[in-house]
Amino acid sequence: METIENETDRLKPIQKIVQSCIQCGTCSGSCPNEFAMDYTPRTLWQMVLANETDDIFQSRTFTLCSACYYCTLRCPRGLELTDAMAALKQLAVEENMPRHRQSTLFYKNFVESVRRHGRVREMEFMTLYFLALKNPLHPFGFAGLGAKLFMKKKIDLQLPSRGTGKLAPLFDKVAELEKLEKEA
Amino acid sequence: MKYNYYPGCSLEGTATEYDIATRAFIKAAGCELVDIDDWTCCGASAADAVSHLLSLALPARVIALAEQQNDIDDILVPCSACYLNLKRVTTRIPSDLTLARKLNLILEQEGLALAGRARPRHLLDVITRDIGPSGVRDLVTTSLEGLTIAPYYGCQCLRPYAVFDDPEAPVSMEPFIEAVGGRVHPWDMGGKCCGASHMNTKPHVAMELVGAILKGAQTADAIVTVCPMCQMNLEAHQKKISRLHNEELNISILYLPQLLGLALGLSEQEVGMNLNLSVTREFRNRAGLTMEKREAIGNNP
Repeated sequence: METIENETDRLKPIQKIVQSCIQCGTCSGSCPNEFAMDYTPRTLWQMVLANETDDIFQSRTFTLCSACYYCTLRCPRGLELTDAMAALKQLAVEENMPRHRQSTLFYKNFVESVRRHGRVREMEFMTLYFLALKNPLHPFGFAGLGAKLFMKKKIDLQLPSRGTGKLAPLFDKVAELEKLEKEA
Repeated sequence: MKYNYYPGCSLEGTATEYDIATRAFIKAAGCELVDIDDWTCCGASAADAVSHLLSLALPARVIALAEQQNDIDDILVPCSACYLNLKRVTTRIPSDLTLARKLNLILEQEGLALAGRARPRHLLDVITRDIGPSGVRDLVTTSLEGLTIAPYYGCQCLRPYAVFDDPEAPVSMEPFIEAVGGRVHPWDMGGKCCGASHMNTKPHVAMELVGAILKGAQTADAIVTVCPMCQMNLEAHQKKISRLHNEELNISILYLPQLLGLALGLSEQEVGMNLNLSVTREFRNRAGLTMEKREAIGNNP
């Protein structure tokens, strides 16, 4: 963990999104995944505004957002709450938070497959994901489905490959602009 | 009508039948699809969890490609996640010039630029507002009378942008189910979430959500979907979910253009139904897809 000052900085863009939250709880009442969350979305926004960084990232609430946009649609203040959830996921990915690796490794390996090939190679991406998880049991949950999809010729047995780096220039430019923005 | 066509990655892989059915149905309805050359991934829901700018740059590339390749403004998108990603770009750039400038800086490297012309449209939008129920009804050759169909919309074709339907109480598929002779299954699960990629990262959560949807449709003959992620979540884990809920929750899951295509006289093969993961024998019987007919087109039961 970094210094308190830096942590506050990291939450700033998210605080801007939820700044005018009136704590009405419409988001919590609308969230399909609320049943599995330790803190409700409403409480999470309160924690964001109160700079409770440690608690926010100890909690799994933000990783449970499935981007259904019910909260964004219904928020009486018109806040982009799904974007705020995504911004928290981005921080977890950026900092490789071990607690959230089941989600962050999924996103990262998906995006890596896109960078390499331009399009997602579903089999490669899932292989990369399973390898990165280093949990020998996780893939078994999907083995039956994998076999079914293979029989239907919907997936190929692709070994991960470097590809042509098709979208590497686009990714690099995105990273460059993001860096500039952060410095500014 | 002519549309630029953006299938997206799923339709090249696990949702091949959605691509097959969309192409076949759109053609049968008298419209034309123009493939976008050299298209790349829109970032799905993963890019937005990694970088906000990347989640806009990836779909911006697709939009700029379409705008460069021809003067057709509409981009038809069958996948709800792809649709939302493209739509986010075209919705935001007119009022966010800083973003537009950044995206153009990124695209410039490939000699691309956003012209601001493109209009991403979900397949259901095109079916609803361009083809229309009468456009389908007039073409029906095989009525699906006697079938009760549960329309499942999912999230991202409805929310956050209310374009062609009510994002709280969607109804756009209903007149089409009726146009092909079917009955609409009365339920309120149509716009609920299937859990999306939670099925991979938090399966116990996604299976709760999908379980509730499958339960809600038990008296229907099939659920129809308009998104490859929804389709996969609903069709691929029925056995496990049945075990989890201690209740038989098997049901046929079809893509909307497959159902409509069958009514327009397309064969199971022509709408890719051999590739679905959950189509029950009862559904085939009730839909009049008899053994003889199936044998005639060389399809597996």
